Amino acid sequence: MYLDIVILILMVVGALWTVMAADLLKSAIGLAVTSAILAVIMFRFTAPLAAVFELSVCAGLITVVFISVISLTRPGAEKTGQAAKRFGRYILLPLIVLIAGLALFMIKYPSDLSLAKSAATDMRSVLWGERTLDLFGQVVVLLAGIFGVVVLFKERKKKEDGDQKKV
Amino acid sequence: MPELRGNMMNLFSASISVIVLVLGLGLYCVLSAGNVIRILIGVELMTKAATLAIILAGYLAGRMALAQCLAITLIVVEVAVIAVASGIAVGIFKSNGTLDTSELKTLKG
Repeated sequence: MYLDIVILILMVVGALWTVMAADLLKSAIGLAVTSAILAVIMFRFTAPLAAVFELSVCAGLITVVFISVISLTRPGAEKTGQAAKRFGRYILLPLIVLIAGLALFMIKYPSDLSLAKSAATDMRSVLWGERTLDLFGQVVVLLAGIFGVVVLFKERKKKEDGDQKKV
Repeated sequence: MPELRGNMMNLFSASISVIVLVLGLGLYCVLSAGNVIRILIGVELMTKAATLAIILAGYLAGRMALAQCLAITLIVVEVAVIAVASGIAVGIFKSNGTLDTSELKTLKG
């Protein structure tokens, strides 16, 4: 139980680092670390499949996407001298998070919580039986995402070709 | 048994605190950031808090299979949103030369 609480605190520290980091690259890496810690928490909460997804997709793929975007937009990403300004702005944030965290921990919640039972229901039957519509939704969202990215880059290419012809 | 329940309560309190704090940090990042990429990072942090909330709810209710299904759905939606938003960010940078939100005057991008 204490290990779980330590891991949860580490997640808050990771999130704090992500928000406070002056460099965008460090911020993206902080987000990946937060995702990895969340994956560990999922494993501890007996959710291994979701943890594997979190680790591979959120800590891996999304970090790669962020780093690619940062490298593509590096010259205008953030102005020089903003780092010191950011540090000054966020200097009190860890203290606020600590106080808010302690205050939230002290709140008395209703004590009639049901204890965790073993995961008796098979995930496959839930996914294919109860949540079939979610699967269709996921497919639609993924297709929409792919279509959106393709359209965004295609239009850009067309425009660049048109500009070249004019010259 | 009462000790186990007490431990569960401590874990529940700690998890709820972390969910609220991470959600607050993400929201603060979205509201205070002057950079499009930082806003996306803030949105990501908020979805992390939502994922943890779903897993905690499933753990406490003893329905981990359903919680895992919902968490995976959330992750898929998150990936699609970030992929499209990143494309838009690159488009904004190409047409405006900056990602600073205070300097973006048009919706073109």
